[in-house]
Amino acid sequence: MKHYSVPRLMTKLLLPLILLFALYVQFHGDFGPGGGFQAGVIFAAGFILHALIYGLDQTQRLLPPWVLRIGVSLGVLIYASVGVAGMLLGGAYLDYGVLDSHDPMHGQHLGILLVELGVGITVASVMVTIFYSFAGRGR
Amino acid sequence: MVTAVAAVRLRDLFAVVMLFGIYSLVSASLFVVMDAVDVAFTEASVGAGVATVFMLGTLSLTTHREKTPIARKPLLSLLVVIITGAALMYGTYDIPHYGDANDPIHHHVAPHYLEDSMEEIGIPNVVSSVLASYRGYDTLGETTVVFTAAIGVLILIGGARRRSKRDDERS
Repeated sequence: MKHYSVPRLMTKLLLPLILLFALYVQFHGDFGPGGGFQAGVIFAAGFILHALIYGLDQTQRLLPPWVLRIGVSLGVLIYASVGVAGMLLGGAYLDYGVLDSHDPMHGQHLGILLVELGVGITVASVMVTIFYSFAGRGR
Repeated sequence: MVTAVAAVRLRDLFAVVMLFGIYSLVSASLFVVMDAVDVAFTEASVGAGVATVFMLGTLSLTTHREKTPIARKPLLSLLVVIITGAALMYGTYDIPHYGDANDPIHHHVAPHYLEDSMEEIGIPNVVSSVLASYRGYDTLGETTVVFTAAIGVLILIGGARRRSKRDDERS
């Protein structure tokens, strides 16, 4: 892909938009369609596009595999620890209402935001990890 | 439907992968028609987008021609398929009509979710509130499944590559 300047330039233009859209889907999931899962996949798709156009090495310099390994477990950890935090504050596991002592609804908001963030981080890291493994295998 | 049949008949795996992508996109638009925007979103991004790229990645590791199957008598398998298909079709007669207000599904917990979600969770998108709050355990399980998938791929593919590199250094 080194000699195709149009796809390279278009990728440069599209990539920030894709990542921004992923973040929008992530944090706007409460109000419109979307959520952590879709956002994670879109986020991963941005990096996969980068890898397809610029080559795997460039992308791995941008987003090293060890970051992804951490991300894969960090997302599940965030999700599970939100549940544990609810338990410590005197509620049931994954009961977000107790996260805010004044208004249970705020607690719910916070809980859903954190949980979706965890899902997003895990899904994005997993998708890019799988892509790295498959794409790096042939070499 | 047409793409599914074509995908089964074709021998060129590259075309099959592309047809599956189209199939995914068509089902995504079908979900939009049925007002399930969240599901359509997921189907379009995962099924038509990332899964197709993964399939292509797999194809680049193997060949893109399917092996011609060994000819054997298809009668028994045909019989099994017909019986299973007939049983499934017989089962569909008990399914309530689409959008029927008397469905059991509309009388269990769904009204509670739809009516009280705004007071209890305070989020306009009911899908999100059901997914993340009412059914939090399920979503935690799903996330763990995705996590396990990554671990599996890393063990199967990522690990083997590193070992071969180590062998290279040794030799």
